[in-house]
Amino acid sequence: MKTQKPYYITTEKMSVGYDGKPLIEEVDIKLRKGEILTLLGPNGAGKSTILKSIARQLSLIGGTVRLDGEDMRTLTGAELSKKMAVVMTKRLRGELMTCEDVVATGRYPYTGRFGVLRAEDHAAVQNAMELVQVAEIGDSLFDRISDGQRQRVMLARAICQEPEILILDEPTSYLDVRHKLEFLSILQKLCRERALTVILSLHELELAEKISDRILCVNGRAVDRIGTPEEVMTAGYITELYCIRMGSYDEGSSDMELAAPEGVPQVFVIAGAGSGRKAYRRLQRAGIPFVTGILYENDLDYPVAKVLAAEVIAECPFEPVSQEKIQAAKKQLEKCNRVICCRENFGSLETYQRELLEYAEQLGKQIEKPESPEQQRGC
Amino acid sequence: MQQRRKIRYLIAFVLMTAGILVLLLCNIGIGTVKIPLTEILTTGRTKEGMNARILWEIRFPRTLATGILGGALALAGYLLQTFFHNPIAGPFVLGISSGAKMVVALVMVFLLGNTIRVSSGLLILAAFLGAMLSMGFVLLMARKVDSMSMLVVSGVMIGYICSAITELVVTFAEDADIVNLHNWSRGSFSGMTWDNVKVMSIVVAVTFLMVILLAKPLEAYQLGETYAQNLGVNIRTLRILLVVLSSVLSACIVAFAGPISFVGIAVPQLIRKLFGTTKPLLMIPACFLGGSVFCLFCDLLARTWMAPTELGISTVTAIFGAPVVLWIMVSKSRRERG
Repeated sequence: MKTQKPYYITTEKMSVGYDGKPLIEEVDIKLRKGEILTLLGPNGAGKSTILKSIARQLSLIGGTVRLDGEDMRTLTGAELSKKMAVVMTKRLRGELMTCEDVVATGRYPYTGRFGVLRAEDHAAVQNAMELVQVAEIGDSLFDRISDGQRQRVMLARAICQEPEILILDEPTSYLDVRHKLEFLSILQKLCRERALTVILSLHELELAEKISDRILCVNGRAVDRIGTPEEVMTAGYITELYCIRMGSYDEGSSDMELAAPEGVPQVFVIAGAGSGRKAYRRLQRAGIPFVTGILYENDLDYPVAKVLAAEVIAECPFEPVSQEKIQAAKKQLEKCNRVICCRENFGSLETYQRELLEYAEQLGKQIEKPESPEQQRGC
Repeated sequence: MQQRRKIRYLIAFVLMTAGILVLLLCNIGIGTVKIPLTEILTTGRTKEGMNARILWEIRFPRTLATGILGGALALAGYLLQTFFHNPIAGPFVLGISSGAKMVVALVMVFLLGNTIRVSSGLLILAAFLGAMLSMGFVLLMARKVDSMSMLVVSGVMIGYICSAITELVVTFAEDADIVNLHNWSRGSFSGMTWDNVKVMSIVVAVTFLMVILLAKPLEAYQLGETYAQNLGVNIRTLRILLVVLSSVLSACIVAFAGPISFVGIAVPQLIRKLFGTTKPLLMIPACFLGGSVFCLFCDLLARTWMAPTELGISTVTAIFGAPVVLWIMVSKSRRERG
């Protein structure tokens, strides 16, 4: 068996909070070098409080934080500044500072009495800016750049500090999808190549699951779960953690859906092989309750159908569709006045679908066909 | 870019140094008695005659004091602006000057009433106590109000209270000895002695050096406390040092020249625009030079504009300084809106 590296940062029975009042107690984090820990939880659950406490911006109410085996309280500010860098939600004041000036402030722990940059500091600033691709805006004023650029400049600043651990509070919140992906990719690269340890909070669940080695969930009272993404993101957990009352989140596919339309089903959707999702969402937007089937439970359409449809007629994967299910589907179809068939062709084993469509025609139902068949063709 | 910036800084420093030299000569040469440049240069050696006495006993000390105190005033303003992260902070608007003035007036009236000689050192000490007193109030207010303008309003109110008390003291102590007090309490560079200049040079020089040594932590502090702390700055110590140093500077000015308005706000702002940076290592000496230039210019006007009547120095500094403050506020609100 491969010998495991020792933990780089550990918190033991850490309690955090404001003014001596604990908000979250018994936080036990163990993280090795090069690992990423993501904090998840609803707004105000205490993610920032935990991050600030680890970064020593808030004093601990109880417990200890060890960095590389040393109690963090014994480190001086100067020692800590060479080990830990932060990117916080609070905007950095950068009046009249160019982006390069802002990045250069990361060299503070390494410069002399008057903070004058030496050649090697300039080189470190350049390297950091190139790494996060902001070298070309080095001369622009920090106040005048976009949020996406600003976050990357802040990351360059933190990299310049040559930390071993990086603390980021919701670094991707104001970024568009491209910049979110780029930002997290750079973080991942740093972890792999420089064995940087990262603790961050995110609101993007789907990204958290993908980037994190470990996830810690807080719910405002305590640490609810901590573990690998597979251990934490079990079915139904996100709904519970965030107390979702309207709409849904699917841990398997990271799909988010708005609340299903309520009432008696009016439409029957014949779907399958991922062809039905667009129709389901269109009906949801129009507020029309619907029934769909017959789907295998491992169909791409199934997770969406399950949360949006009034009823899904589904069959166990890799089993022939039973007569019972076909009859149930026909019964539902009779009650609906519209039928939407999302499929252009059916596969040779999909006799049950063909049977349903023919039944609908027999009943004289209004049948709508897909608008762009090339996208929704069966095999 | 780096190169262009360095050239800009160099030009700015050269301009200000040249400005100081020219204004020093003007301040020394121009007045009710005009003394030509050649005589100024020769009198340094002879020290004889009427003009030489005017130069040595009145103009030289006054001009030097104006330069030193002007620089100190701008520097105090810069420190307070940095401390409060507030572009319109300054010793005058925050009531620190008025607090210093009040305690100095009380001490002077008490001591003069008992015919005790008032030394420069004692005046500075009294002014420092007053400055710290006002600063204490401002800090208390700063914890309660988080808006920039409310902080300034509370500072102005503290200033009014202190001024009212000072006026009360001065009115009831109307006496031949303290006629000067009235003049002083409105702010003036007149009546400086070599002894004054010596004391203020030492105090200002020491404070200036300490401020220069704080340039690096100040740079980090400007980013905001979160980031400064992460960079290893001891925020508490730095804040205490900032309060003490800015109070010492304000106290020194008030002890010798009384409260002077607007220099503390306007000069650092103008210097920032001139240099296009907020780097403390540049801003500290630049604000000092800028304050000197500004005050030498204003004092020259105060003495010569309505001659033989001398204007209060604050009258002149307000004319040039207040528009700058208005411009800062307008441009700031415009920037915040869009």
